[in-house]
Amino acid sequence: MSTEARSARRAHQFGRLFIYGSLIALAIFYLMPLWVMIVTSLKSLDEIYSGSFIGLPQAITFEAWEKAWGQACIGTACDGLRPYFVNSLLMVIPAVALSTAIGAINGYILTKWRFPGANFVFGLMLFGCFLPFQAVILPMAQLLGSLRLSGTIPGLVLVHTVYGISFTTLFFRNYFITIPDELTRAAQIDGAGFFRIFFSVMLPAALPIIVVSCIWQFTQIWNDFLFGVSFTAGQSSPITVALNNIVNVTMGRKQYNVDMAAAMIAAIPTLVVYIVAGRYFVRGLTAGAVKG
Amino acid sequence: MSTLEIDRVRKAYGNLEVLKEVSISIGTGDFLVLLGPSGCGKSTLLNMIAGLETVTGGEIRIAGRTVNDLSPKDRDIAMVFQSYALYPTMTVRQNIEFGMKIRKVAQADRDKAVKTASDLLQITHLLDRKPSQLSGGQRQRVAMGRAIVREPKLFLFDEPLSNLDAKLRVDMRTEIKRLHARLGTTIVYVTHDQIEAMTLATRVAVMKDGVVQQLDEPQAVYDRPANVYVARFVGSPAMNIVPALLEADGTAVIEIARRPAARIGGIALSADALRRYAGKKVLVGIRPENFSIASTGSTAPSLTIDFDVVEPTGPDTLAVFQLGGVEVTARLPPRQAHAGREAGLAVDTSKIVLFDSETETRID
Ligand SMILES: Nc1ncnc2c1ncn2[C@@H]1O[C@H](COP(=O)(O)OP(=O)(O)O)[C@@H](O)[C@H]1O
Ligand SMILES: [Mg+2]
Repeated sequence: MSTEARSARRAHQFGRLFIYGSLIALAIFYLMPLWVMIVTSLKSLDEIYSGSFIGLPQAITFEAWEKAWGQACIGTACDGLRPYFVNSLLMVIPAVALSTAIGAINGYILTKWRFPGANFVFGLMLFGCFLPFQAVILPMAQLLGSLRLSGTIPGLVLVHTVYGISFTTLFFRNYFITIPDELTRAAQIDGAGFFRIFFSVMLPAALPIIVVSCIWQFTQIWNDFLFGVSFTAGQSSPITVALNNIVNVTMGRKQYNVDMAAAMIAAIPTLVVYIVAGRYFVRGLTAGAVKG
Repeated sequence: MSTLEIDRVRKAYGNLEVLKEVSISIGTGDFLVLLGPSGCGKSTLLNMIAGLETVTGGEIRIAGRTVNDLSPKDRDIAMVFQSYALYPTMTVRQNIEFGMKIRKVAQADRDKAVKTASDLLQITHLLDRKPSQLSGGQRQRVAMGRAIVREPKLFLFDEPLSNLDAKLRVDMRTEIKRLHARLGTTIVYVTHDQIEAMTLATRVAVMKDGVVQQLDEPQAVYDRPANVYVARFVGSPAMNIVPALLEADGTAVIEIARRPAARIGGIALSADALRRYAGKKVLVGIRPENFSIASTGSTAPSLTIDFDVVEPTGPDTLAVFQLGGVEVTARLPPRQAHAGREAGLAVDTSKIVLFDSETETRID
């Protein structure tokens, strides 16, 4: 081997080393908070106050998790996060399903049943993606009031569904526009109508984007705090609001381990959703046409 | 009885007139090819026949029934698309069955229809595959299978071969012709490829800018093109269109640079046309194959020219030269033409067509 080739190889190896080194360093940096949360939630309160924040627990205990889940006091009730976790589920499941379904129908109409002004309507919907939460709160509060849904979970479902339609419509419209119009025309000639084409031809082909829409909506809605705190109170709050209350309203020594466990509990569902369906998320975002 | 009548049909998108008073009528078992360049309105017309586009004016009748306001499924038609338009998540069998399921055909009858069609198209071994697992030619067959099980009065094809590679295109062309002979169903077929039109059609409608230029048998379109546009569009290499002066006895005089003018007599013309065009400029249409090397002692009109470029294609040689100020191509037997050489060419006058130099329409 010539010296030239050898030095080129060495430069290459050094480059590799540098790349992996920086990636690992960044990964550690990003994972630091998660690490702190996990180890803190597994320590007893005494250990936290006497030892370091970052180190491994001397004695692993799930006390904090049990407390956060079932006993921590939120407001006057000391039932832990469990009822709020259930609230969040009752909110997120219908809201994700509804907003995804409506987005799918919208995308289908906007691409395959084009009507005069379709692009304008789509433009308005896009605009909805850029509307900040804050701008919606007052009118939404009024609407919920007149629908007698103020402070209820169905009210929150409505809010999230409406707010999510912009995003889901965008997803589905951009996906369906890559499906050739000839496909719907062929189905029409086969005798299929509006819904038959939607359910038999379009939806099955849209699986990747359905997954994308569900993950996106689930994450957004589950993690939402502002709508939750604005439109619900007390027993009907979603978990994010309850978490805030646990963390903020403790008397005496601050219970870091319970706070961390509570935060982990609140974060687990989105993590699970992403781990289970994340493959499809990436695939769906990058998938182009359904090459027939 | 005519199976399809297109009666002064118009189509406009807003102010844009895409089709202007198109009238076409074909009989049962006919193979009509709509031939024209991209954007001339062929697909629009086909989609109107299918019921996928609304009709702005005029009437479309299928088997004597006005279908203007019928939805596609009630028109007794089936269609094959350029992109095949197979349902991507369904198997081949489900693709073929889909229409029958919607029409609530019984399972046993569906199975029988799928079997007949797939045997005919030799796709029986592919029935459980998804479209993504098929080659272009196989997808094409499946798309045809989906159309065949419909047993329609009318098959519609929109550029079905243009996504295939050259070799496969020729094979599938033969296949479609065989299928037509076998089933005898009336077909309307859209293409921009004049060879497909010539080989497949029983009737060709040559279109340009939303107007039918000529509707006739393919050979008639080739031999007697209605105007210069059709003459140039059909045939490859295209018909040569050469300016000339028509003398009172019907001789066409064509200028040749640095040489005596060619005098081509004996062109068939009506007395009326001769009277009107005598002494006027006309356009002479000569197909490349109507030139031949002049043999000594022949009485055919001949001209002396110099070849510019010579392109052997194997079976024959294309020789390019200047005539009447334009470039002209002759199709000659191999090894008879040499670039840069002088040659005497004879012309088959019985095949010559004349066109008005202003309107560019054929003079009879
Ligand atoms: N939906 C539409 N809106 C406006 N113009 C259209 C529409 N569809 C087709 N056209 C126009 O009509 C003309 C004919 O189109 P088409 O029938 O697809 O041509 P072809 O199939 O012969 O290539 C084109 O100029 C095209 O731009
Ligand atoms: Mg077309």
